[in-house]
Amino acid sequence: MKLRLHNVRLPLAHFVLELDAEFTGQVAAIFGPSGAGKTSILDLIAGLRRAQSAQIELDGRALTDTGHDVFVPTRQRGVGYVPQEGALFPHLSVLHNLQYGAPRHPVGESKSQFGHVVEMLEIGELVNRRPQSLSGGEKQRVALARALLSSPRLLLLDEPLAALDQPLKLKIMPYLQRVRDEFRVPMIYVTHNANEVMALCDEVLVIDQGKQIRQGAPGDLFTASDEPQFVLKNGL
Amino acid sequence: MSAQEVQIVWFTARVAALSTVLILPLGIALAWLLARRDWRGKSVVETVVALPLVLPPVATGLLLLKLLGRRGPLGGFIYQHFGLDIVFTWRGVVVAAAVMSFPLLVRAARIAFQEVNPRLEQIASTLGAGFTRVFFTVTLPLAARGIVAGALLAFSRALGEFGATILVAGNIPGKTQTISLSIYTLVQLGHDVDALRLLSVSVGLAFLVVWGSELFYRRRDRA
Repeated sequence: MKLRLHNVRLPLAHFVLELDAEFTGQVAAIFGPSGAGKTSILDLIAGLRRAQSAQIELDGRALTDTGHDVFVPTRQRGVGYVPQEGALFPHLSVLHNLQYGAPRHPVGESKSQFGHVVEMLEIGELVNRRPQSLSGGEKQRVALARALLSSPRLLLLDEPLAALDQPLKLKIMPYLQRVRDEFRVPMIYVTHNANEVMALCDEVLVIDQGKQIRQGAPGDLFTASDEPQFVLKNGL
Repeated sequence: MSAQEVQIVWFTARVAALSTVLILPLGIALAWLLARRDWRGKSVVETVVALPLVLPPVATGLLLLKLLGRRGPLGGFIYQHFGLDIVFTWRGVVVAAAVMSFPLLVRAARIAFQEVNPRLEQIASTLGAGFTRVFFTVTLPLAARGIVAGALLAFSRALGEFGATILVAGNIPGKTQTISLSIYTLVQLGHDVDALRLLSVSVGLAFLVVWGSELFYRRRDRA
């Protein structure tokens, strides 16, 4: 992946988000406290929000360039999004949620991709259920599968584990690692949990109050405090 | 019930249904625009749409009469180009019912659209859906409950419309006479028993509509 966020400026309620960063790893984390502007960055990448100024490029293709009036619509960006709360369509079954973004490939190819994702995330038994009847962890796995089935070029994960309790987090993390290792889809992973960064990501951008504080490899930026808890070296 | 009363009830139900069906597309579109977009003149449109709720129905009726009469700006145009009369015809009954019930539909639908989580629409677009697909597969189904409730309310309002109807369509037996107009006439003539019979039909119809909407709500809750 080569994701370039250049000259990004977006006024938010309490500060201005300003960013100049490039991601080249397979899984990049955007790390920072709640309200630091992390979700806004994902929204800008997905085209769900328009920046005052920005140049956003994914693998050399301009998604947003305010200087040249370029703004690729969200649906054409090929960017999958898993929001914090999963955001499954409540009026559709799990199966129809999964099929919502699946491209119409030839039947065989589509089926094998579908079967593979469903099997890997172990959601085969959930397909006939309604989202309301799923647990938090199941919802997140279905949301992840739904995004994957749309064959994205980039997957945006917005604190997918934040709403889950610790045992459930430990249960879901291996699924994320499996997605990373088997699908090789580049991911931007937003979190305020250093352990998740260490477990999943190969680079990290630290932000606070809309400003980038530092960027680098997780091993360089985080240190183990009370094992197994990791913390940011030197704080924010 | 006499054949004449059956005709009155059937006519009233048909014009109420037709007026509700006619206002649905515009009502839904306007409700969505009011709920989801900011545009110049929005508050003016909002106010105009709500006017029939607060104006005396006869005042709305008088405005419609002036507008839709053969010498009115809109009525004159329609007569010249399509040869159709609105005033003092069944069309006038439909128009009066539609105008009077329109704000009820728009209000209910607007609230329904506002209650749809925009994040769901955004996620649908990240999954490759364009505006039309997002609207028909996410927004509208999720707002359907409020829209149906609004449509039922509009239908009930249309069933009982009186003040605007009597000005725009008159009270012509067999032609524009609805249940409400007929009850009014019967009471004027001192035929209270006949009026009560129609009244009971009116209550029955209203009961069925409200009951139907309650059933609909319960079924949606279980789904």
